[in-house]
Amino acid sequence: MDLIIILQAGVATGTILLFATIGELLTERSGILNLGVEGMMLIGAMSAYSTAIATGNPWLGLLVAILAGGLISQVHAVITIKLQADQVVSGLALTFLGAGTSLVLGEGLSKAGTVSLLPAFSIPLLDQIPILGPIFFTRQSVMVYLGYLLVPLVWYYINHTRPGMHLRAVGEYPAAADALGINVARLRYFYVFVGGALAGLAGATISLAISPGWFSELTTAGQGWIAVGLVIFAQWDPVRAAFGSYMFGALRRLILDIQGPMTLFGMANPFYYNPYLGFFLQMLPYAFTIIVLVIGSREAVRKRLGSPAALGTPYIRGERGL
Amino acid sequence: MPPPMSTDNTAICPVKMVGIVKRFPGILANDHVDFDLRKGEIHALLGENGAGKSTLMNVLAGLYRQEGGTILVNNKPVSFSSPRDAIKAGIGMVHQHFMLVPSQTVTENILLGMEEPRFFLRLKEFDAKVAELGERFGMQVDPRAKVWQLSVGEQQRVELLKMLTLGAQVLIMDEPTAVLAPQEIEALFVTLRAMVAEGKSIIFISHKLQEVMAIADRVTVLRKGKVTAAGVKMEGVTRQELARLMVGRDVLFKLDKTPCNPGEPVLTLEDVYAENDKGLPSLRGVSFQVRAGEVVGLAGVAGNGQVELTQVINGLRRCTQGQVRLNGKEITNRPVLQAIQSGMSYIPEDRTHVGSSPNLSITDNVIMKSYRQPPIAHGWVLDGAKAEHIAGELKDAYEIIAPTIHTPVRLLSGGNLQRVILAREISGHPTFIAAVQPTRGLDVGAIEGVHRLLLAQREAGAAILLVSEELEELFSLSDRILVIYEGRIMGEITGELDTSANVETIGLMMTGSQYVSGALKEEMNRGGENISPGQPQGMVQHD
Repeated sequence: MDLIIILQAGVATGTILLFATIGELLTERSGILNLGVEGMMLIGAMSAYSTAIATGNPWLGLLVAILAGGLISQVHAVITIKLQADQVVSGLALTFLGAGTSLVLGEGLSKAGTVSLLPAFSIPLLDQIPILGPIFFTRQSVMVYLGYLLVPLVWYYINHTRPGMHLRAVGEYPAAADALGINVARLRYFYVFVGGALAGLAGATISLAISPGWFSELTTAGQGWIAVGLVIFAQWDPVRAAFGSYMFGALRRLILDIQGPMTLFGMANPFYYNPYLGFFLQMLPYAFTIIVLVIGSREAVRKRLGSPAALGTPYIRGERGL
Repeated sequence: MPPPMSTDNTAICPVKMVGIVKRFPGILANDHVDFDLRKGEIHALLGENGAGKSTLMNVLAGLYRQEGGTILVNNKPVSFSSPRDAIKAGIGMVHQHFMLVPSQTVTENILLGMEEPRFFLRLKEFDAKVAELGERFGMQVDPRAKVWQLSVGEQQRVELLKMLTLGAQVLIMDEPTAVLAPQEIEALFVTLRAMVAEGKSIIFISHKLQEVMAIADRVTVLRKGKVTAAGVKMEGVTRQELARLMVGRDVLFKLDKTPCNPGEPVLTLEDVYAENDKGLPSLRGVSFQVRAGEVVGLAGVAGNGQVELTQVINGLRRCTQGQVRLNGKEITNRPVLQAIQSGMSYIPEDRTHVGSSPNLSITDNVIMKSYRQPPIAHGWVLDGAKAEHIAGELKDAYEIIAPTIHTPVRLLSGGNLQRVILAREISGHPTFIAAVQPTRGLDVGAIEGVHRLLLAQREAGAAILLVSEELEELFSLSDRILVIYEGRIMGEITGELDTSANVETIGLMMTGSQYVSGALKEEMNRGGENISPGQPQGMVQHD
């Protein structure tokens, strides 16, 4: 068991979570909670894989996944922004819609044969850095590098650009933004779309890069939910989100890899000899997600953690008490 | 009343609204309202809560769209479909609830509405500009401070700066003084006058006669959506006349009160201790009695234990030591229901969350205390028709203005909501009433109504504890006044209450020994003071 290799794989796995988490973070920053990340990721993974098979072009698959994820997210956008329905219920419905749709359309996809994947490569010079080089810059997928770029860009965008300031205003106090002529509904549609597109991208990252293939709902295996929990864990900050994503990615890899060898630290590996212990280990990330969600959903804690003040509440112009 | 001024046709009119009509479901909020504003004036828009002042101005600010009538800005007809359009036309509104994003800095909030900067924020550069602007208008604020860190007065300054940077020539101030301390009000008035001197025009929405008299050049009065006085000059208008125009009848500023004839003690507190929400001591040995047929006023600066005290009495807060007795029965730390059944009424400070359930109808809110017993309850079953019948009667008796008894109370104005609460609390013939800030935020007419209802209960023999921060209110209603400071009763004022000596004494007791307010300090510096603050014992004064 080589720690460097586990971490390297962890960064790759974490990239999936990173895209989904950043996407959900942007959506929530605009004041909309979208619990349908899992469904949108499945749509992305399925559409990316089938497009790549049909056309032989993984890049086209990536583009289709982004559009498909963004498109299906608009179902949630219409329900919560225009019809002002409950965001939790709509998000859950979107999870099932996404899962169901991708399972139906992806039927038979798993036996469809091989597909060309997104390229993986090392970055010259940077891969020479001791420890960090092999973990972050050696034979990683192009998607992993894209993730590295995305985090500072999103951070800068939110905190130091005009549209980012508008995004924060709309999520914190939409009435104030509205009074200054910022179109609250349009911005929220946009960021729900961005969240969906990034979830689609996360799905494509699975099926075309990190663990290629289509394994129906096991393709995502609940990572969408982990992403939702990570947003709270990250306190709506993209840099923390990156940290959390890679940590969770590494944890997922560790759980897989720890069950492989017969001996561990010179002793008999209990996880090898008692495979059911592995199920317990595999449960841990989800258990952690539940704990984060429960803690994060407590109003008082959320306020302190810096949750967008208008998160989860529809904006109605002129309603008393806003 | 002097005749309305004729408008000068040659001059450019920054704003002219003609025949504005705006409806909300079941309410005609603006009924053919005319309004005109002249350059460089402060024009007050006076009216009770729910008279349609804010609605009219929200139409002008582009937040609502009128159903009839026209708006002229600089003599040209305009049509606003969003606040952005109004701002572009030079009209900016400072709302009662500030339109500021609490988590953003002052500069960010000001930049929010501007075209500049296009993409990158360049905050340093704009911080300097904001500081410079604040300097120019005499409204200093730290541009880098987050809005939530600012005092209410500072936040208001940020709003004003925001509107000025957006190029507002007409400023609409919606109840700007409601949230300010007296000194801040003075500072605001200075700022407003300075802006008028620079050629801006200001619309000052208010229901406070005193302020309107102090700041406005002209006044337009609205009542129930209609104009009752259009652009009248302030000179030669009396407070009485304005009050009548606003309320539609004569308002008594002095209440007729029968002499106090207190009976048996109804509420007895003995050495009560309690903690606040943070677990810190907030009541430290409070003892007093309230007798049948008397109003005991509790004066004090907010946050000195008043709220905790009424909660302890009501059973909403644990009493860590001491005793509370109601009609001779011990109710210390008993369930709230027991207090209610022993004849306790509670009019809480927070009308929308403690006093009522905002999304429930008027019916549901008024029966909240009586639904357990007949005639509404038949065992487990509630008689909806009976409840509605009772609610209808209460709606008429307490003059609650609302489309129907099914209206959710969150849609009611403050005064009407308070009437709903009073209808529920008083109609059950309580023996004891704890009223906390019962008229806060209400207008003249509504305040008078609440005062009358409370005094009627006193006549009927109820014991009333009135918690208020308004000395005027305490003086006009109370039979004696207790002053609370840091959870202790500092002293008691009895006899003829409304004397300047008493005002001074109360002021000193309210501020304890640590802090003496500016005005009082002046009084003391002039040498007219020989009572040293912080000596509560022996401060009982009999005139």
